Amino acid sequence: MNTIKRYLGVVWLGLAALAGYFGITSLGLPKLTSGKTDDLVFGIIIVFVLMPIIVGGLARFGLYALQGEYDESDNRS
Amino acid sequence: MITEARKTVSNTRSLISVIGASSVGTLIEWYDFYIFGSLATVLATKFFPEGNPTAAFLSTLATFAAGFVVRPFGAIFFGRLGDLIGRKYTFMVTLLLMGGATFAIGLIPSYETIGFLAPTLVLLLRLLQGLALGGEYGGAATYVAEHSPTNRRGYWTSWIQTTATVGLFVSLLVILITRKSMSKESFDEWGWRVPFLVSVLMVLISYVIRRNMSESPLFAKAKAEGKTSTNPLKESFGNRYNFKFVLLALFGATMGQGVVWYTGQFYAMSFIKTVCNVDAIQSDELMSVALLMGTPFFVVFGWLSDRIGRKGIMLIGMLVALLSYRAIYEKIYQTTNLKNKQEITTNFSADSTTAPDPKVDGGFIQTKTIKREYTDGTKLTEVSKLKIAADPSAEPAKPDIKKTVLINDSDRWTLIWLIFIQVIFVTLVYGPIAAFLVEMFPVKIRYTSMSLPYHIGNGVFGGLLPAVATYLATGAKEANLAAEKAGSALPYAAPYLEGLWYPIIVAAVSFLIGLVYIRNRAQVVD
Repeated sequence: MNTIKRYLGVVWLGLAALAGYFGITSLGLPKLTSGKTDDLVFGIIIVFVLMPIIVGGLARFGLYALQGEYDESDNRS
Repeated sequence: MITEARKTVSNTRSLISVIGASSVGTLIEWYDFYIFGSLATVLATKFFPEGNPTAAFLSTLATFAAGFVVRPFGAIFFGRLGDLIGRKYTFMVTLLLMGGATFAIGLIPSYETIGFLAPTLVLLLRLLQGLALGGEYGGAATYVAEHSPTNRRGYWTSWIQTTATVGLFVSLLVILITRKSMSKESFDEWGWRVPFLVSVLMVLISYVIRRNMSESPLFAKAKAEGKTSTNPLKESFGNRYNFKFVLLALFGATMGQGVVWYTGQFYAMSFIKTVCNVDAIQSDELMSVALLMGTPFFVVFGWLSDRIGRKGIMLIGMLVALLSYRAIYEKIYQTTNLKNKQEITTNFSADSTTAPDPKVDGGFIQTKTIKREYTDGTKLTEVSKLKIAADPSAEPAKPDIKKTVLINDSDRWTLIWLIFIQVIFVTLVYGPIAAFLVEMFPVKIRYTSMSLPYHIGNGVFGGLLPAVATYLATGAKEANLAAEKAGSALPYAAPYLEGLWYPIIVAAVSFLIGLVYIRNRAQVVD
């Protein structure tokens, strides 16, 4: 199980990168540049709130997983 | 033996009063939070007039900000306060802040009276509401959990979990009663203020009850022993050991819970109103009945989580939700789809009036009202407004068409059951989660550590659902229109279902993380 947990760390890192790429290029930037007020607020939230949380958080989670921080020996996980 | 029995009865009684005080306060916070969203259309005309870009910008900010930008900040600010000075005082402050802000929204003069000060004040008060909500939930959940016996935390904290749904239900009920007790004109003129003003009474009652409660025993003990944290923020998020659990709570539980919660309670409502065009009052009634039927299940699954573990129940909720959403929404769509119904052509009526446009000199507004009836009792009213410019050479505008569908009793029950199923998914993921989060973190940093992942999961991932789902559905619709124009095959068979990919993908990732990384019975950390 620990091996699976560690290998999956790579998946979370990849997912973080994918989410960041599509979040910014497909969702965030088109909204920021559409010229509509509603879109602008939505774009700002996507690029500056949602993406840092998803990309930063998921990447850190993936890194911890890869480093074995969530291995069975830890009783809180 | 008798003394033991008496002690148990007295403990249960005091626990019930703790839960009562915490739940009523949290319920009011949710009530206050929801009425703004439920009355958004009326509020837009009062504070954010159409055609003014600055007011529209403030309106969008007010709607988004409190929902998911400010809540995590409230979680950090009040969480830290709760771990430093205590749970009781902190959630007294959040209660008064929320109640005061809501009451004040009900008092703000309209844009017509005070101009830009009106939307600015609304925005500020919405920010306060978001901050207060960010601090309230963690306090109430922690307070109740720290009063409960370890083996019954799921059951007792699940009462707190009912408050978000009951808060939504009460807000719909108060609005419905207010709407029905006066004419539409009176409601639009001043009646919309009633639900905001009423909240002050509820807040006062809750304040009096909460004031008489004692501090959480676990926190009081930790404080007496000098074991509270001096810097809860640093210990929660700066400490690698603890931070990895914050991340696990976020990605393995609250992220999935957030999207399931928003889909079942809000996306369902907006889908029925805006995609299926079901009448607003009828939609509110459907939601209210389904919420009422589903609410007891929060307690059922909270209780069950004490017996079989929290992880399994939450993960089953995410799994069944992500597997069944498309089928459920397809059924909702087809139930109200007028193409599936037989029209009574003899009952067709059409009416047209033309009146001067008050906003354009020399312009007119042509209003066409078409009414259709169907053999199963469904009724459609289609109001089309066309602006006719004073200059006949000007490019003709597109008519603004509003459809309202009144569905029959049988369809109403079909929709109620379909919403009810989604509320059950909500109760599966949400019922045990307070106890789950509380048990993940030690007393000294519990309020701070659990509040942030909860509000990011619920507020940010869940709160963005309507916007992202609408974006996906609109994109699919536009792609279909483009393909139709080009004469090629339509890329999406059901564009109205495309918005569901957001909750499905987020819940799937959360399910997988929860399944692999969370233990079934997490060790209770006190």
